[in-house]
Amino acid sequence: MAGNSYLPRKIHSLLGVIPLGLFIVEHALTNYSAYEGGAEGFSKSIDFLNSVPLVFWLELFVIWLPILFHGVYGLYIAYQSNLNSGRFSYGRNWAFTMQRITGVITFIFIAWHFYETRFQVTLGNVKHEDLGQHMNDILSNPVALTAYIIGVVAAMFHFANGLWAFLVSWGITVGPRAQKVSSNICMVIFVILSVLFLLSLVAFRGDEFSSEAAAALSAVSFG
Amino acid sequence: MATTATATAQRKVKFVITRKDSPDAASYTEEFEVPYRPNMNVISALMEIQRNPVKADGAKTAPVCWESNCLEEVCGACSMVINGKPRQACSSLVDKLEQPIRLEPMSTFPVVRDLVINRERMFNALKKVKAWIPIDGTYDLGPGPRMAESKRQWAYELSKCMTCGVCLEACPNVNDRNSFIGPASISQVRLFNAHPTGEMNAHERLEALMEEGGIEGCGNSQNCVRSCPKGIPLTTSIAAMNRDTTKHMFKQWLGM
Ligand code: SF4
Ligand code: FES
Repeated sequence: MAGNSYLPRKIHSLLGVIPLGLFIVEHALTNYSAYEGGAEGFSKSIDFLNSVPLVFWLELFVIWLPILFHGVYGLYIAYQSNLNSGRFSYGRNWAFTMQRITGVITFIFIAWHFYETRFQVTLGNVKHEDLGQHMNDILSNPVALTAYIIGVVAAMFHFANGLWAFLVSWGITVGPRAQKVSSNICMVIFVILSVLFLLSLVAFRGDEFSSEAAAALSAVSFG
Repeated sequence: MATTATATAQRKVKFVITRKDSPDAASYTEEFEVPYRPNMNVISALMEIQRNPVKADGAKTAPVCWESNCLEEVCGACSMVINGKPRQACSSLVDKLEQPIRLEPMSTFPVVRDLVINRERMFNALKKVKAWIPIDGTYDLGPGPRMAESKRQWAYELSKCMTCGVCLEACPNVNDRNSFIGPASISQVRLFNAHPTGEMNAHERLEALMEEGGIEGCGNSQNCVRSCPKGIPLTTSIAAMNRDTTKHMFKQWLGM
């Protein structure tokens, strides 16, 4: 690639944490409200998000454009590596390999997930208040459920391990001790976020989000 | 005495060597059986093949080419891939290696012939980052500032680098698709920027790392630090230079 890749690489790393990491945490909590508060809790969270001012512009600049840059440039970064964890079978090198594999999985998963949810809302095929039920429909298919489980865990590994790499690439964690401690913290973040998303998948599969129950609920709260 | 001598004379060491006749030729492997001698290393086995270039099947072949110089793991010339890992042939003892011993060139670098590689990109990288201390002038500048002993101790570790290329061979991001400069020269920037006189040109070295083909290609696989025969804390050096280049970037933006 022509030009200097110093700045794009640094920005790629930063965008993964701010804003995309923050969005992941927000997304995890919103979904988790489906587990904690059921259909009502989830629709409250969605109402709250939709009440945020300038929500379209926030989505554009805080989510979609950063994801586009991070994803496309990330594919290029993955292409630039000769994965060699077979020959050098060290923990960090495995993380390096997994970072690239999970990055590609996450890219495909997000494209599909975006098409099925947010894009259908834009097209007017799905209403905001029906998203929980829509997820229930999707996840009732075992293949889609498996894809979601893989996609969610891959994405959370990519984020948590990417956070570790961000701290190194920006020169925040320098010595081996600091990098060891941050690695442990990042793996805890990986587990917590994965559990939150997996629990929300469990919730969306529950009866409460099935078509009839959702119809009854929307009759009450949005009627 | 006589019986042990014949016993050792009969013992053979098996080698499988990846060969290449010229830079553009295809590579192929050949097997050799070298008479065992106590305490032999990979170089002494290669010398034996040079004296008697006969393959395991008895056919004659061209002697195997390799490079070596110091024979005590300080010059870096004899680096090659031994049983899958890049290391120095002179410090690889046959007794400690699993047989057959597989020798391959470090193919991250252009292969000149057999096990001989061209490490020129490493020397070019050292030139690019100005890994020296400029003190030449038209008059005597007098003694420079002193280095603190505490700093000298860790800087000395960095100065042990012998440009052997093992860290570049181990790195997944040193390849034709990636312009990453490689770990060794980044660590040398840290060394020369730590020097009280070298520090006066620290910005020039940092700016070289911030150009295309600098530090940005590091993907933190950390294979380098696991592979360096000199135990140089390469990942600490890289992270420290990440920190210094980040600071330098902000200073440039703010016009400081
Ligand atoms: S840093 Fe270590 S592995 Fe890399 S060239 Fe120097 S001595 Fe060899
Ligand atoms: S000959 Fe110098 S390092 Fe092996």
